[in-house]
This record gives sequence, structure tokens and C-alpha cells, in this order.
Amino acid sequence: MAQAAEAKIDRSQMKVSDEVAIQITGMNKWYGAFHVLKDINLTVQRGERIVVCGPSGSGKSTLIRCVNALEEHQEGTIIVDGTELSSDLKNIDTIRSEVGMCFQHFNLFPHLSILDNCTLAPIWVRKTPKKEAEETAMHFLEKVKIPEQADKFPGQLSGGQQQRVAIARSLCMQPRIMLFDEPTSALDPEMIKEVLDTMIALAQDGMTMIVVTHEMGFARQVANRVIFMDQGQIVEQNEPEEFFGNPQSDRTKLFLSQILGH
Amino acid sequence: MSDVSYVRTEMLDERLPPRGQSGAVLWLRQNMFSNIPNSILSLAAIYFLYYLLAGLLPWIFQGSWGVGSLGECREAISAIYGDGTDGACWAVIRERFRQLIFGFYPSEFYWRPILAFVLMLLAVAPVLFSSVPRRFLWFSAFFPFVAFLLYWGGSIWFPLGVIAGFAIAYLAAVFLPKYIGSLPSIIVAFLLPVIWWLTALTPIDTALNQWVGDLRMPRLIATQTYLIDAAPIPEGKKVAAEKYLAALENLPNQKAQLSELLIKARDMREALPNAHRKMAELDELEIGATAQERTALDDVLKVESTIITLDKTINSTYKIAGRVGLVPVESSSFGGFMLSIIIGVTGITLSLPIGILLALGRQSHLFVVKTICVGFIEFIRGVPLITLLFVASTLLNYFLPPGTTFDLILRVMIMVTLFASAYMAEVIRGGLAALPKGQYEAADALGLDFWKATRLIIMPQALKITIPSIVSTFIGLFKDTTLVSIIGLLDPIGLATAIRANQAWNGIVWELYGFIALMFWIFCFSMSRYSMYLERKLATGH
Repeated sequence: MAQAAEAKIDRSQMKVSDEVAIQITGMNKWYGAFHVLKDINLTVQRGERIVVCGPSGSGKSTLIRCVNALEEHQEGTIIVDGTELSSDLKNIDTIRSEVGMCFQHFNLFPHLSILDNCTLAPIWVRKTPKKEAEETAMHFLEKVKIPEQADKFPGQLSGGQQQRVAIARSLCMQPRIMLFDEPTSALDPEMIKEVLDTMIALAQDGMTMIVVTHEMGFARQVANRVIFMDQGQIVEQNEPEEFFGNPQSDRTKLFLSQILGH
Repeated sequence: MSDVSYVRTEMLDERLPPRGQSGAVLWLRQNMFSNIPNSILSLAAIYFLYYLLAGLLPWIFQGSWGVGSLGECREAISAIYGDGTDGACWAVIRERFRQLIFGFYPSEFYWRPILAFVLMLLAVAPVLFSSVPRRFLWFSAFFPFVAFLLYWGGSIWFPLGVIAGFAIAYLAAVFLPKYIGSLPSIIVAFLLPVIWWLTALTPIDTALNQWVGDLRMPRLIATQTYLIDAAPIPEGKKVAAEKYLAALENLPNQKAQLSELLIKARDMREALPNAHRKMAELDELEIGATAQERTALDDVLKVESTIITLDKTINSTYKIAGRVGLVPVESSSFGGFMLSIIIGVTGITLSLPIGILLALGRQSHLFVVKTICVGFIEFIRGVPLITLLFVASTLLNYFLPPGTTFDLILRVMIMVTLFASAYMAEVIRGGLAALPKGQYEAADALGLDFWKATRLIIMPQALKITIPSIVSTFIGLFKDTTLVSIIGLLDPIGLATAIRANQAWNGIVWELYGFIALMFWIFCFSMSRYSMYLERKLATGH
């Protein structure tokens, strides 16, 4: 398992405000007859960084996909930025433009250049003029440290570079919340560090983040809370030191022993 | 025990690969004669090729070109090359070349289809090649109307009226949303042009014909008189000119008569009993009507039918006199490759956008849209194109105001387009399904709504994936246009049958069909090559 950089990240400097960014109450979701998320209750404040971990099939990805309405929930309420998500929501696209998402398989648009990938949403959703959109895109591409790739196509980039472009693409919409669905799972160890560094920098800038990941080093360094899920339910959540040092539930202990043991 | 440890001290640089041995002999040795079985196969293949070409090439090149019939061909070939030699009779192509290309289009107007073809190549260039400046797309947009004028002739008012309909739709779509919202204004943008086309085109056409005709009347009469009296023209044309002159001179009388009759008909209608005043046929009278009432209604109806006939005569004279445009050519004169190209290009250009909409509709979550699209696609795909062509007239007449006569070529174009759209929809749906779900999700996650995501992300990728299938469908469609020979239109195959029925060319087969096949092959191969070019240009996979 890769270790994140040993840089001194002062978590106390990353402010968490009192404002509630995401409020999930009693949420249940079914895929057909399969009960995939059971009674989820979660409040995320603005500026909080949350790491969700757990075995595969535990519903972690489904949970964050419900937050930006890529999946619909059948019971309970999800309130994002003050707006409740429901199946007949008229301005779902407005909500989605405020919530950025990074996928495990990057999902860059292969027929467009990197710069076009980043400027597409601001130009067509926010109606930003092209020049301004390109300046914003270059700013964020510099932030993820790959400005020189702007005119290449996704097929020409390595995995780590593609994921960083995906992060920059989401940032170009200047979202208030960022969701990460196993951003480093498809990368080799040297590239994982590049992406994690980018995400740490984002956290230092005060972005509200929910990250589904197996990178426990990242969780220790940056997260305010670590949530462990199993079989569609939140089994345990705590601050990182408490979570890793003093897990309460047996299931958590079993999981941690396997993931941290070897 | 050996020492398994190893440490590299220096990383190696890249080197060029070794230069392979080259030369024809080596290539032959490796590819054709590498072992005994391969060598035997290669020799057999070479012999087979030689046998084919030895039979084919002499036949092609020992043909006769200048004679007038099949029998004469054979004589000419025997005379030059000796008895019993087999040679192609290319004379049939030489003699019937114009017919095969233009059908029965009047030869003095050949410049029109030729110009239309050249303009078509120019109009298609900005669509196919992105290096052409984008402003030429304006010409491509207007080209269909220019082509219609060139091929069929007639006044320019009709194409201009159709363009006006599109302009109305555009203005409605752009300026109305502010006042009545976006969905109602789209509906209005659909309905207004249709209403315009159905109601306003013909009256405006008639009115303009009259106005221009009246302006030109003195000059027209003078020209016709000169043609009849003084000009050296053949007898047949003189007769036609006399008839035309008579019609022109009769116009003022006819118009006066028409106004009189209109007044008379109105008065007669007023005189009828109240219950009969709106009746249009004798059958509508009630059973107990008296013979007197019957006669009264009958008289009114007779006057009214005279009015209609008179109106028609006046209008048809004005149509010729007031024409601002080109001499009309009937659809029945169309034929040959010109016809195939017209039907094929129209089918190809229209079926792609309609197919895209059908494919998107089929995938939609809206029940009504989905059902209509699925129903349409499955119906059209389940029925042979021939049956669609045959029933074209019956089906279409149900959907339009009664009494509209539909030009045969137009019916065929509509059916061929619908047919190709159904196939195109399924081809594109394959491309949509081949896209990774992540692309849809990424587009959604960025906040793009359905139409923007489709236009910017989904469609470019789906179309790129399906280029081979789309071009295949186009090529198939172009060749399917030969089916119109079965419903009486004289495309190349139909013409071939007609040529062979001629006594001079009875029994000729290979030359005629070979030529037609060659012409089709040239078009289809060009489309295929373009598809390769497009795939290479769009490849960003690296």
C-alpha cells in the first residue's frame, strides 16, 4: 500500500465551518429487490474531508453517487447545498454543476483535447466566454501540475495524468463539494502519489470532500472523519486517530487488520 | 549453487532496429513460395488469374464501338479480328450514353442537371472536409432549393416560399421563448411553417404569376406573333406558338367571364332555400325535395364547376406567362443515373439526422416517444422496400389534405428516406450502446443537460464508432435506388431493360450491365474511401 508524502500537513489549519453542505437522513436504496444502502445518516459540514472505506460491495460508491443524483434513492432525504434531491427535480443539472465528481476510470472525453475537456462544461453550462474558460482551465491545469499537456488528447496521457486532468476538469466548474470515487484504484503506486498530492492541496484550500478510497495514509493525513461501511450500512465513523488507533466494532477491527497488516 | 543476483550499472540507450533484407526475390520467397504447399497454391492462383484475364481482357478491348446494332457488332468484330472471336459490343454504350445518364430529360436543357451535379459536389465539400471554410455551409444549406429549381424548373416562388417557411420557424424559435416559454414556442415553430406551406404557397404563387404575367403581356404577345409570322421555326413549334398566342389573347375575356360567373353563382346560391344553401352535391338533397329544387341546385353546381375549370385554364396560362424561373420539366422525363443520384443523395442526407433522432427517441425514458420510435423502426424494418414503394401513394394520401396529387419521384424520395432512417437509427443505437457508461455519467456529473450532453459528448463518439456501419448503410441505400425500376421510374436498370427490348440491341447483356455496375462502383467506392479518410482523421486513440 502506498504511503502518502511525509510532508507536514497541519490539519488544524483546514477550517471546517458550521454550515451544513450535505445532509443525509434515513436514506435507503434498493437495486430492484436488493437492499444496497440501509438507513444512512450523515451530515457533512462545509470544509470537511470525509474518507469512506470498506470492503467491496459495501455500497460506498453507491452512497456518493446518490449525493450528486447519479443514482436515485427510494427512501429518506438527501439535502445538498440546501436543495433536497428528489426524482422529479427540475434543476438537477444546476445541483450537479455545484458538485464535482472524479471517477475511478477517469471518464475523460477521448475525442476532445485536454483543454477542451476542461472548458466544455464552463462554456456550455455556465455560458462563460471561451477565453475566460481557457484561462480558468490553464489555472487549474497548473494547479494539478500538468499545464504542458493542454493540447494533447486523453489517449496520449498516463493514468496518473488522466486522473489529474479529471480533477482539474471538475474544478473548472468551481464546485462547492467534490466527490471522489476510488480515484487512485486504477493507478500504479508512483502515480498514486501524484494524485494524492493534488487532493491534499485541494483539501488545504478548504474544499468539502467525500473520498471513497483505500489509501489509509491519505485518510490519516487529511481526513476529518473516516467512515467504515459494510453491507450498505455505516458501521463506524470517527476521527482518524481514534478510528485507526482504537476501532470499536469487531468488523472494523477485522477490516483494518487486513488492510493495514501486511 | 549459481549466483542469482544481478545489478545493472548502466541503463541502455535506444537503438534503431536492424535493416531487414529486402528485394523482390526475398519477398516472393517469404510470401508466396515459402514451402511446397504454399508454392503449389501460389502457382495455381497465378494460373487462375491468367486464365481469367486472358478471357476477359481480349473481350473488353476487341470490342466494336461505332455500329448501330448487335448484329452489326458481331459482323464488325469478325471482320477485324477473325471469325469466332468474342468481343464486347460497346456501341450500345456509345449510342445510349446520354439516355443512361440523363434519362429522357430534354437535351436542350442538359446544362441544368450538369450544373446541378457540379454544384452538388461544391455543396457537399464543406460538409465532408473540414479544411473548407465554414461560410460555404450557407451554400450547402441553400443548395437543395437551387437543385430543385435546376432539375424541375418552374417559378422561383415555390422554393422561395419553402425557404420563407424555414425562416418563419427560425424566427419563432428564437424570438418567442421570451414571451411564451420554450416548449410552446418549439411547438409553434413546428406548426407555423406547416400552416404557411399548406395554405399560403399556392395562392401567393398564383397571385405572383398573374402579376408578372400582366406586366409581360404586351411583350409576350408580340414575341408569339413574331414567332408565328416571321421566324424560321419548325411547323410543330409554330402550332404550339399559335395555341399559346390564342390562350394569351383570350385571357382578358376569360377573366371578365370569371367575375361574371362568380357573381351569378353567388346570386343563385342566395336564391336557394335556406336548407340547400350550403350543399355541395346533388346527393345531399333530402328525399322529399321537389324536382324544381333539384334543378335549381343542379344549375348552381354546374355554374360552379364551370368556374373551377375556367379558373384552372386562366391559372395554367398565367403559369407559363408569368413564370420567373426555368422551363419546367416533368418528373416522367427523369431517368438514368441522374435519377439514382437525386434519390440517393436525398435519401442519404435526410436519413442521417432523422436516424439520429429516432435512435435517441428509442432510448428515451418518455413512454410515448419511445413507443412511437420503436413502432416506426420495427414496422419499416419488417417490410421490404418494394412494398413501401408500391403503397407509397396510398399511404401518403391518407395523411395529407384530400386532392393533393403527389409527384411520383417525391413519393419515392420520402419512402426511401424513411426506409434508410429506420436502418440508420439501429446502426446509431449500436454506437450509443457501445459507449462506456462512464461517458454518460461524466457528462451528467458536469451538469450538462440531455441535449447538450448528446450533442457534445455522446453523438460525436457514437458516430465515430459507427462510421463503417453508417457508410455501409449509405452505400446499400444508393444501390437500393435501383428498385424504383419496378414501380416504373426509369433508373439505369429500368433503362437497361428498355434498351434490351429494342430490336437492335436484343440479347445484349454484359456490356450494358457491366457499364451500369462500373458507374455504381465508382460512386460506392468513393464513399468507401471517404469513410476510410474520415476514420483516420478522427482517430484520437493513439
